[in-house]
Amino acid sequence: MPTYVRTDKCDGCKGQDKTACMYICPHDLMKLDKDGSETGHAMKAFNQEPEQCWECYSCVKICPQQAIEVRHYADIVPLGGSVQPLRGSDSIMWTIKFRNGTLKRFKFPIRTTPEGSIDPYAGKAMPKMADIEKSGFFTNDYAKGYRAGNPAELIRK
Amino acid sequence: MADFSNPEVVQEEVDILMIGGGMACCGAAYEVMRWAEAAKAETGVDLKIKLVDKAAMDRSGAVAQGLSAINTYIGDAQDPADYARMVSNDLMGITRDDLAYDCGRHVDDSVHMFEEWGLPIWKTDENGERHDGAQGMTPLKDGGKCVRSGKWQIMINGESYKWIVAEAAKKALGLDRIQERVFIVHLINDKNDPSRIAGAAGFSVRENKIYIYKAKAILLAAGGCVNIFRPRSVGEGTGRAWYPVWNAGSTYSMAAEAGAELTMMENRFVPARFKDGYGPVGAWFLLFKAQATNAFGEAYMAKNKDMLNDYPPYGQAAVPASCLRNHLMLHEMLEGRGPIWMDTVTALANMREKLTPREVKHLEAEAWEDFLDMSVGQCGIWVGENIEPEKKKSELMPTEPYLLGSHSGCCGIWVSGPTDVGAPTKEEYSGVPAHLPSGWSWGYRGMTTVKGLFTAGDGVGASGHKFSSGSHAEGRIAAKSMVKYCLDNKGYKPEFDETPEQIAEVIWKPVRNYLEFKDYTSAIDVNPNYITPKMLQFRLQKIMDEYVAGVATYYKTNNVMLDIAEEKLGFLKEDAQKMRAKDLHELLRAWENYHRILTAEAHMKHIQFREESRYPGFYYRMDKNFVDEENWHCFVNSIYDKKTHTWTCFKRKHIDLVDKSKLFKAAAH
Repeated sequence: MPTYVRTDKCDGCKGQDKTACMYICPHDLMKLDKDGSETGHAMKAFNQEPEQCWECYSCVKICPQQAIEVRHYADIVPLGGSVQPLRGSDSIMWTIKFRNGTLKRFKFPIRTTPEGSIDPYAGKAMPKMADIEKSGFFTNDYAKGYRAGNPAELIRK
Repeated sequence: MADFSNPEVVQEEVDILMIGGGMACCGAAYEVMRWAEAAKAETGVDLKIKLVDKAAMDRSGAVAQGLSAINTYIGDAQDPADYARMVSNDLMGITRDDLAYDCGRHVDDSVHMFEEWGLPIWKTDENGERHDGAQGMTPLKDGGKCVRSGKWQIMINGESYKWIVAEAAKKALGLDRIQERVFIVHLINDKNDPSRIAGAAGFSVRENKIYIYKAKAILLAAGGCVNIFRPRSVGEGTGRAWYPVWNAGSTYSMAAEAGAELTMMENRFVPARFKDGYGPVGAWFLLFKAQATNAFGEAYMAKNKDMLNDYPPYGQAAVPASCLRNHLMLHEMLEGRGPIWMDTVTALANMREKLTPREVKHLEAEAWEDFLDMSVGQCGIWVGENIEPEKKKSELMPTEPYLLGSHSGCCGIWVSGPTDVGAPTKEEYSGVPAHLPSGWSWGYRGMTTVKGLFTAGDGVGASGHKFSSGSHAEGRIAAKSMVKYCLDNKGYKPEFDETPEQIAEVIWKPVRNYLEFKDYTSAIDVNPNYITPKMLQFRLQKIMDEYVAGVATYYKTNNVMLDIAEEKLGFLKEDAQKMRAKDLHELLRAWENYHRILTAEAHMKHIQFREESRYPGFYYRMDKNFVDEENWHCFVNSIYDKKTHTWTCFKRKHIDLVDKSKLFKAAAH
């Protein structure tokens, strides 16, 4: 199910040194055709290796112009359906269109804290080097997730 | 001025280098910076730390797309020993209890941190009704009740799972310690001690630059291996692998070339998933209580139950291993009673009877979210084929094989385990090469048999079932060890056994091949002097599929087929030196495929060495089509000699650290 870029919407992330889709694609698929020599569409991004697309939707979700959509794998899927997200800061909205025209919409939470708000070490005590070889993490007392286990279960100890 | 024919070589020296940006390296990043800070405060040693990712951390690794569940959460009602038992059971008895147990006692800490960082985790209220993770209910760490979709899994709203975990890691490191879009392809040993790591090298996929890092300690956690077998879809659908298509075996191959001992490389995972889209089945079985049947509606797990008796004691477990469940499914397909159905229609109808209209609407959303969070492609198939799960059943199908160590597989690298769980301190079998450690612990938790080289997640072999959360926890465990290792080796100065010029030439070879020969023919892809990475991958997939128990033979092979595969892989490995790269993107593919070849070769050699069929349903050696507990209840490990390009396989004794007999009594579950 390769992604495709709509020429009427993509602006090549003008003014930035790289496009959002190039930045995010985990498989290095998205490419900006600066002069149009590769696609005939200057300053538009494109998927340079569609058969390697994992359909992870990372580029679709990040595109500031909502210019990236997905046409499901032509070698598997009948034409006509679409699955399109709109990802906000705390939730994602999916619009799902079936081949027969049926429409469904779903909204799911994606995050309970503001993006960029993580303060990784706030409120956690500094570890002591004397403990570095002990079992457990520096967040041991804080996160309350360490499961010491019943020693009787360890039959060779 | 650097250009494509003349790349710039950037050299940097650090103490700790992390290769990869997935869950394991994000965990390592979070833990390492805190201990490095403590080390600086207490000892004055200021450790230089760097993380290098071939993609962007926000969406790299196996969790890039998101997940609908965290598959490993122990909770306060289960014991790490129960977890180690489950891992062993699902992997046919051959796992390291020390590693699984250690992962089990640490993993919930990471899950609690995910929730604090903002990951929405589903909760159950006092009436037993379930709610999504954004309702402000009590966090897990303060006693909130999770929603189990199985004994070990909990449900989440996980579209942004990786984004959140990466944010914490990036904040911990600071942007100066992160190098994205650099693909590390080659590890370098120490000049004075070939069993020690001294650095790593790779290239930018954005600029004509080669990066060479000297490092005292390296965490190699670059995922498992996908696309060494011909996938079921070979057109555009090639990319719709179950595991991420960018996992290229880099972890296993680079470790092997550096001299690290691998373990259980014969193991593979063949997930039975929704056909073509590879959507997850766990929630359908466990949360929505759906049943899988053959074409004619017969529940094959019940119908074929007696077939489990062929594999004692594993067949008698309360929950049969994943491979044995496949074994029963494959029987139906081979007998012509396919396809296999997931009966979503009956399941949802049954649930609707018990629920209010509001709950039914919620249930429908849950079913779709299960795919949308982690396998959007499955929704693509449903919409294209007009499948509404309450009206139309879906096909299930076992996929092409995958190699990994964090999901329901256990291939990987042999690592040093914890010292406080009763693990053996010496090896009882002879035949282990003398330079390798004897017991299961050699000083630094998570270290491979190469000094200073650590791994986590998919890299750690003979464990498995750690999934996203356990991989994060393993990265954190390794991070602590790396800090300790660096402090203990303060005076060590890494020296390379290769020159930077030699390293650069090796890395840039596919480009050289292209530039030298490109004008010899008029067709860029057809040239007797080089092979495109894409064609090389096709050849690899054809060999593995047809001779090493891929889907073409219904996962069957034998010693003769393996010998043929060995010869063909030998040719392929030689031809890999002739891969071409016409641009940086193709150089990325060339190196990924080189890593795939070595990983595939390790897989083939291990299957050849293990003269039994340990994982019926994942692969069958038809010349040894049985599980042989007497001779093969053991680890198969190997080392690779990068000078002679040859593998040496050997056995290590398997020992239980927790009582497995509990698995095989009905009362235990």
